[in-house]
Amino acid sequence: MAKITLNLISGRTISQGVAMEGGKEKDLYRKACGIIEMDDADFKKLGCWKNTNVRVTSPYGTVIVKAQETSQGPHPGVGFIPMGPWANLIVNPNTYSTGMPTFKGVPVEVEVAMDQPILLGVELVQKACRGES
Amino acid sequence: MAEYIIKNGFVFDPVQGIKGEKSDVAIKDGKIVKDVSKSAKVIDAAGKTVMAGAVEIHAHIAGPKVNLGRIYRPEDKLFTCTPTKGIERTGSGNSIPSTFKTGYEYAKMGYTTCMEAAMPPMFSRHVHEEIRDTPIIDEGAFPVFGNNWFVMEYLKNNEVENTAAYIAWLLRATKGYAVKVVNPGGTEAWGWGLNCLSINDPVPYFDITPAEIVKGLIEANEYLGLPHSMHIHPNNLGNPGCYQTTLDTLNLAEGYKAKNKFGREQVMHITHMQFHSYGGENWGNFESKATEIMNYVNSHKNLTMDTGNVTLDETTTMTADGPFEHHLTGLNHLKWANCDVELETAAGVVPYIYSPDIKVCAIQWSIGLELALLAKDPMRCFITTDHPNAGPFTRYPRVFKWLMSKKARDERLNTFKNADKVIAASTLGSIDREITLYELAQMTRAGPAKSLGLANICGGLKPGMDADVAVYDFNPDKPLADPEMIETAFSRAAYVFKSGVQVVTHGDIVSIGNKRTLWVDVKVNDNPQVMRDIKEKFLKYYSMTQANYESLGHHFVPNPFALEVDATQV
Amino acid sequence: MTKSVTDVVCPFCGTLCDDLEVTVTDDGKQILDVYNACAIGAEKFLHSQAKDRITRPRLQQPDGTWKEISYDEAADYTAKMLAGAKKPLMYGWSSVNCEAQSVGNEIAEMCRACVDNTAAVCHGTTLIAVQDIGLPTCTLGEVKNRADTIIFWGCNPCHAHPRHMSRYSIFPRGFFTGKGHKSRKLVVVDPRVTDTAKMADIHLQVTQGQDYELLNAFRVAIRGEWLPDVVAGIPKEKIIEATNVMKAGRFGIIFFGMGVTQSLGKNHNIDEAIAVTKDLNEYTKFSIMPMRGHYNVTGSGEVLAWQFGYPYSVDLTRGFPRYNPGDTSSIDLLNRGEIDAAFVIGSDPGAHFPISAVKKISQVNSVCVDPHITPTSGVSKLHVPVAFNGVETGGNAYRMDNVPIDCRKVVDAPEGMLTDEQFLVMVRDRVKKLKGVA
Repeated sequence: MAKITLNLISGRTISQGVAMEGGKEKDLYRKACGIIEMDDADFKKLGCWKNTNVRVTSPYGTVIVKAQETSQGPHPGVGFIPMGPWANLIVNPNTYSTGMPTFKGVPVEVEVAMDQPILLGVELVQKACRGES
Repeated sequence: MAEYIIKNGFVFDPVQGIKGEKSDVAIKDGKIVKDVSKSAKVIDAAGKTVMAGAVEIHAHIAGPKVNLGRIYRPEDKLFTCTPTKGIERTGSGNSIPSTFKTGYEYAKMGYTTCMEAAMPPMFSRHVHEEIRDTPIIDEGAFPVFGNNWFVMEYLKNNEVENTAAYIAWLLRATKGYAVKVVNPGGTEAWGWGLNCLSINDPVPYFDITPAEIVKGLIEANEYLGLPHSMHIHPNNLGNPGCYQTTLDTLNLAEGYKAKNKFGREQVMHITHMQFHSYGGENWGNFESKATEIMNYVNSHKNLTMDTGNVTLDETTTMTADGPFEHHLTGLNHLKWANCDVELETAAGVVPYIYSPDIKVCAIQWSIGLELALLAKDPMRCFITTDHPNAGPFTRYPRVFKWLMSKKARDERLNTFKNADKVIAASTLGSIDREITLYELAQMTRAGPAKSLGLANICGGLKPGMDADVAVYDFNPDKPLADPEMIETAFSRAAYVFKSGVQVVTHGDIVSIGNKRTLWVDVKVNDNPQVMRDIKEKFLKYYSMTQANYESLGHHFVPNPFALEVDATQV
Repeated sequence: MTKSVTDVVCPFCGTLCDDLEVTVTDDGKQILDVYNACAIGAEKFLHSQAKDRITRPRLQQPDGTWKEISYDEAADYTAKMLAGAKKPLMYGWSSVNCEAQSVGNEIAEMCRACVDNTAAVCHGTTLIAVQDIGLPTCTLGEVKNRADTIIFWGCNPCHAHPRHMSRYSIFPRGFFTGKGHKSRKLVVVDPRVTDTAKMADIHLQVTQGQDYELLNAFRVAIRGEWLPDVVAGIPKEKIIEATNVMKAGRFGIIFFGMGVTQSLGKNHNIDEAIAVTKDLNEYTKFSIMPMRGHYNVTGSGEVLAWQFGYPYSVDLTRGFPRYNPGDTSSIDLLNRGEIDAAFVIGSDPGAHFPISAVKKISQVNSVCVDPHITPTSGVSKLHVPVAFNGVETGGNAYRMDNVPIDCRKVVDAPEGMLTDEQFLVMVRDRVKKLKGVA
């Protein structure tokens, strides 16, 4: 299947904020943050329907999220995962001596992963810490 | 409570007129008393100098711009940290010490009451949190009024009574101590990047002059009868030739008489006069006008001042004179921080290095000393460094040394890189006067206490006053072998008592006592107009609600000490 | 019947709205509704009394289940962990009040810990830049009353600080800005067409990661010097248009966020943005302000600074404060495996740190103090739930412009629950005993 390359950034959304206050172990949080917002042009390149599960891989990790059409575009070539454990599985942890990891501007590969589940927030982190994929 | 008898010291107390006689000082239940029982703990002060705890009338030690200085100058902490030790918390910082270190260092020098020089009213909670975290010393804070929208609007209409009602409200809302004025009008102009450099420059939009603001606030201050007078940092600070603006400002106090029940006699206190005593037209012909300034101060008894001595250190300047700081960063290109505060004031911070190799810095140093040495009445001229602006407060003992020893200051004066030019620019070289210990006690204890309206509480050793006492390893009876001994002795007191609690022994902190926050509680007649104006401005222009602005709960001021003023019978 | 609590301070983000109204039942026990808050603030209040709330400390068992323990036992565990660790990390602090932060500092000093707050993943790089070049800034009321030129650079207030524009920056009719948003020009710099960018008069859709170049180009344009045709994906005509708008304003302000603090360049991006602001002060009045994330991360910075001298990433391991981001900062300490105990409070590194750092937290002894179940609590050994600050307890907080506002208590916490401050006091007193301190 096709693989595309995107430049990944992460950040806040209202849904992420509301879901966070509702409880990160809940489904609403997964719906708000276990996603990647992509531009229409990138969906076409990837060749899949909107709201399909995808695997996003960086040099630092890999995660399954739901690919959604961006509501804050156009931004072809840029992918947006709201801040949270899904994004943090793949962002660049290097701080380059500044203390700050590189949460924005990580090259990632995106491929369709229709049958892979998207985990809940707390579960995702617990599994990753145990070394399970 | 604990009783102490400090025996056989050489006592210097201007309140009782004791000029170095050997005398005992008795302490009981937190106060100075005439005598104590036989079970009183004896403190041997033989061969030592005994004075009341010193009173700091103007320093920047607590609040948002002080902390901005700490945050943006990690280098100020290098090699200056002190470890956790006994009851002392760890300390850090040289020109902007941490709050713990601030309290300890002042106490170790025998300072027991310190005034935070400028509180932006909206940030009162921050100022009080830092005051609460500064151990041992009693503190108060001066809210700033000279660029306040309420004040400017009322005074434009000559509404002194309304101004007074607003001052009373603000002092209560912020638990403030006095009416502070910084660069009147100019800091509001700075909201648009402008300034007022003379007392007649109108403030943009508000169309009132600094002169009108100053006179109006003097009138409001005396209308209320506050413990301290209006306390002013005049316009045009730091510019060659600024002494003229200073004289114009001093002149505004002409004809006013102090009205209060606290023993205060001045209507205007001018702060860090050194920065306001410059002649010349540029840095090339920059010179001292200390003589002119002191001629005026000496002949006008309704004024008090503090010096603002330059100590020739690397330090950090910080002031509510926002436009000045922008000007300063243009001169020395060091990092500039600024914060404009809605409806009220602004602040600026810029590091500064007073190098002895720079002619202007050396002349500034000379001016600060000249001012004190030319003062005819030591009860009206106090010693400060406008900490940290002209130097860290920990340098006070060095300033005392220069004032008390012509030898020490001449040695400094004659070894400047540009000594000839420096000597030619001021009269310091020709002044023989050496400040005596009694005069030192006037300039650092009794004088500032009286100016602040605290004459009955501190600054002296009269029975009934608070037992704030400092004992120094300095024997006035022996000829002074080396002026360095002055600096050494006053840097680390042998014993310090605060409100009757022994807090320092041989330069070490032995107790943190129970510091108080001093503030002024003014009762005025109901003023519905002012209350309505306040309500309206909060609804329309402030960015926080009135209820939250006035919220200053117990956890901010755990040990308040209010000076009560009744201004209802005016 | 209901009662209304007014002047309530929202404990979510750095906008620190203090005009909330919360209606509670007549007995004052239950929150019914919240007025004036944004969706996130409202959720914080409304969800605080959810039925599934954890109300007692719980210790994670080897089989992954949780065993409920008392606050006393939890304080014992925490004190033992911190006092016995060689290099403990005490992280978070951004969603607790200043009084609690202060107690935490006492503990950190006694235990010779590393203390850090969420600036580590937010505006830490801003603080580094400020330490290099300074900070011309103002309070939000100045923006409300004077500002006619607003720049949002690398931030998206529509989503992250939802009421910022209506309370302070775009819509208010201030003293000198009576025409509201019609008195103001808005420039947005963002690689996406964010909801904030959609409101802009000028949107510069910068190439992601090239903000430094664009900021530098702004400095050139301000001076009227030569520019290449395109910088960072923006044609030079648009750059000149934007800087002309900025120079023509009467009072301008740059608000900035993670777009510049977290992308490569990091502190250098902010340094350049502050330099732009400084340069503009030669022409007109200009300020700059970081859009702080947590409602009291600024407070943690202030308290750390006046007590220890530095605003974050403070290392007390030698008995006095040291500071060197990249060396003493949480992520680096964790990544290098230097931490042997983690105490997390008022934040959620489990969700917001890169997973490599979270793994390290999960591998050492760890305590998580948080009213919620979070990814951090999920990988910690001990989870101590506490009252919600700003809802069930008051306490001082600092807004993004450093203005201190004392949060209010609206309702009681569930029966028997402690506040952060109360729990920390218990821990502190136990640590004192363990360390033999008076």
